[in-house]
Amino acid sequence: MNSRAYPRDRQVEALARGLGWFSLALGAAELLAPERVAAVIGVRPQRRTLNLLRAYGAREIAAGLAIFAAPRAAAPLWSRVAGDAVDTATLLGWSADADSDRQRLGVATAAVAGVGVLDLVCARQLQDQAAGAPPVSRRVHVERVTTLNRSVEDVYRYWADFRNFPRFMRHVESVELLGGNRSHWRVSAPAGMTVQWDAEIVEQRDSELIAWRTLPNADVEHSGTVRFTPAPGARGTEVRVALDFAPPAGRLGRSIAWLFRKDPDQQLHEDLRRFKQLVESGEIPLSEGFMLWRPGQPVANPEDVRSLAGVRS
Amino acid sequence: MKATCWMGTQQVQVVDVPDPQILNPRDAIVRITATAICGSDLHLYNGFIPGMRRGDVLGHEFMGEVVEVGSAVRTLKSGDRVVVPFPIACGNCSQCEREMYSLCENSNPNAVMAEKLWGYSPAGIFGYSHLLGGFAGGQAEYARVPFADVGPIKVPAHLSDEQVLFLSDIFPTGYMAAEACNIQPGDTIAVWGCGPVGQLAIASAYLLGAERVIGIDRFPYRLRTARERAGAWATINYEEEDLHESLMELTGGRGPDSTIDAVGLEGHAPGLHGAYDRVKTALMLETDRPAALRQAIMECRSGGTVSVAGVYGGFLDSFPMGAIVNRSLTIKSGQTHVHRYTRPLLDRIERGEIDPSFVITHRMTLAEAPHGYDIFSHKEDGCLKVVLAP
Ligand SMILES: NC(=O)c1ccc[n+]([C@@H]2O[C@H](COP(=O)([O-])OP(=O)(O)OC[C@H]3O[C@@H](n4cnc5c(N)ncnc54)[C@H](O)[C@@H]3O)[C@@H](O)[C@H]2O)c1
Ligand SMILES: [Zn+2]
Ligand SMILES: [Zn+2]
Repeated sequence: MNSRAYPRDRQVEALARGLGWFSLALGAAELLAPERVAAVIGVRPQRRTLNLLRAYGAREIAAGLAIFAAPRAAAPLWSRVAGDAVDTATLLGWSADADSDRQRLGVATAAVAGVGVLDLVCARQLQDQAAGAPPVSRRVHVERVTTLNRSVEDVYRYWADFRNFPRFMRHVESVELLGGNRSHWRVSAPAGMTVQWDAEIVEQRDSELIAWRTLPNADVEHSGTVRFTPAPGARGTEVRVALDFAPPAGRLGRSIAWLFRKDPDQQLHEDLRRFKQLVESGEIPLSEGFMLWRPGQPVANPEDVRSLAGVRS
Repeated sequence: MKATCWMGTQQVQVVDVPDPQILNPRDAIVRITATAICGSDLHLYNGFIPGMRRGDVLGHEFMGEVVEVGSAVRTLKSGDRVVVPFPIACGNCSQCEREMYSLCENSNPNAVMAEKLWGYSPAGIFGYSHLLGGFAGGQAEYARVPFADVGPIKVPAHLSDEQVLFLSDIFPTGYMAAEACNIQPGDTIAVWGCGPVGQLAIASAYLLGAERVIGIDRFPYRLRTARERAGAWATINYEEEDLHESLMELTGGRGPDSTIDAVGLEGHAPGLHGAYDRVKTALMLETDRPAALRQAIMECRSGGTVSVAGVYGGFLDSFPMGAIVNRSLTIKSGQTHVHRYTRPLLDRIERGEIDPSFVITHRMTLAEAPHGYDIFSHKEDGCLKVVLAP
């Protein structure tokens, strides 16, 4: 059968994200509980020391956020490497103070050094990847799969009606059936832009497969396939989606391509999850605190929750 | 309405927030009549669980009266008196079909965050961090309950709020922890932690046929409740006696047949081990302090089961895997699949086999929630379980 290697660039990205979490957690501790951090690393909690720890905490958080904003970029990792150097220097400085706990400081310094090595490795690899990456005009291929606890017929039927797409595809605003095998798509893009295309079905086999491609003059030229297969042992239906984006043409095309390329994998993963939620449970779950964008606290206007989550009512 | 909000580590405040509204067809709104503070809330309070935001409404143990239902809810109507399970479950996915409700594949809108930390996402939970959905919790006057046609269980009028409230969490949790031990005739079960979960694990182990149950803690008032109310055959105060020696003595050198960790990630440990975990957690090299879990593994007899009801959030250190492999131990764990237990355990309460309200020591108004958190967290004023009435 089909085996899928775990691409190396994803491993590096995972490491970067791990370091991002680490930055956020350490930063939060330094910012919010500098006394505790001081106690642990074995320095006297003077006001100057605590302020320094708070400042370092803010730096860590900034580094963490920068990593999450662009987990494939090397720059935030290099700034972490620089931060590690500053930390090490500071710790070594403190260990010269008479009232510090040398043993604890030693442990802390070793820990910083260890993380520093990881930062360095990660920064280097991301940089190499960026250097070796093909130019922006590359084709992009994305594939994702999910399993639904429903019969192949049910799942196929829901997907085959493209008018359902705006319900689960975050960026799809509307799909209009034009007759024949054709449909017209409106998709939202950043900065309030909308992109459009006409698509035609090139192959369709009941409860098995649908393949489509865009017609000439599409804002985003692409093709796609979705396959439905029964999962073993009555585990429902596996849905596999593959998308291919053509090299972009023109200025609009490039900015759009940039959008889809930012994390097309993750976007498709999320859209498929919503497809599963909708088909299995009849709705897409909504919480008051979507991601970390607002507190988990009721809102005066429910539309605020829907629009954050990108769910159309 | 008034709601108890997390405002930072060891800070909760009761503040005014908008009333919840129906967001989805399967939602219901419940006017809360009783809600409790859980040991799990303490992990949020003390800042051990990531993904909290200032202003998050806390609380996952609650019950009340249905005041509004969404268009797709046919099983409930306004006026119904219900207890709400703490995990949110759709009832349709394959995990729900297997009755693994706390693993519902569809109820966490922030699944992508949980996947990063844990590989896959479990179910959403009320008031339990954005990792588990960012849902507003139930220590409030009202709550929105998603998938209300699956979770809430109607309770008969002749049972009081206090008798049925704990069907939302700690009674099923203690019960599931005991059930995981696969108790055989003659078994001795040792339970680490005599908090509310430990107490109900002890009582449940007897319901499930244990011969002897041993409670372990360091607070004398909790050990007394374990003996006098939960029915523990013996208790061990690990600060006053040597835990291992006492367990050997009580089990004839065989060791407990199964052990239950009802402590979780803030385990207390005296001496070197405790210092080790504290340093490591503060340095972020370890996120949890698994003192009790390590002991529950080391003390369990060979071939026995270690049932972990206590909550762990991240990564542990010095985990005795060697003992697990070489002594064929089974580890069972999970957030409780509450929906699976509400009906049978309500029946047990109705038949008078148990009254879980014995754990309640403090009754307060919602406005007093901050004080409730304070004494429950510090184990002051004989506090074992706080129930708030909005
Ligand atoms: N799995 C679930 O679904 C679920 C549900 C509810 C609660 N929980 C978890 O159960 C745990 C207990 O909850 P609770 O409400 O009883 O909290 P609690 O804080 O009242 O009880 C914990 C008890 O453990 C004792 N303890 C600490 N270290 C110990 C050690 N080394 N040995 C023995 N005892 C020790 C404490 O003294 C305390 O009495 C928490 O981790 C909570 O998150 C899990
Ligand atoms: Zn709880
Ligand atoms: Zn489900």
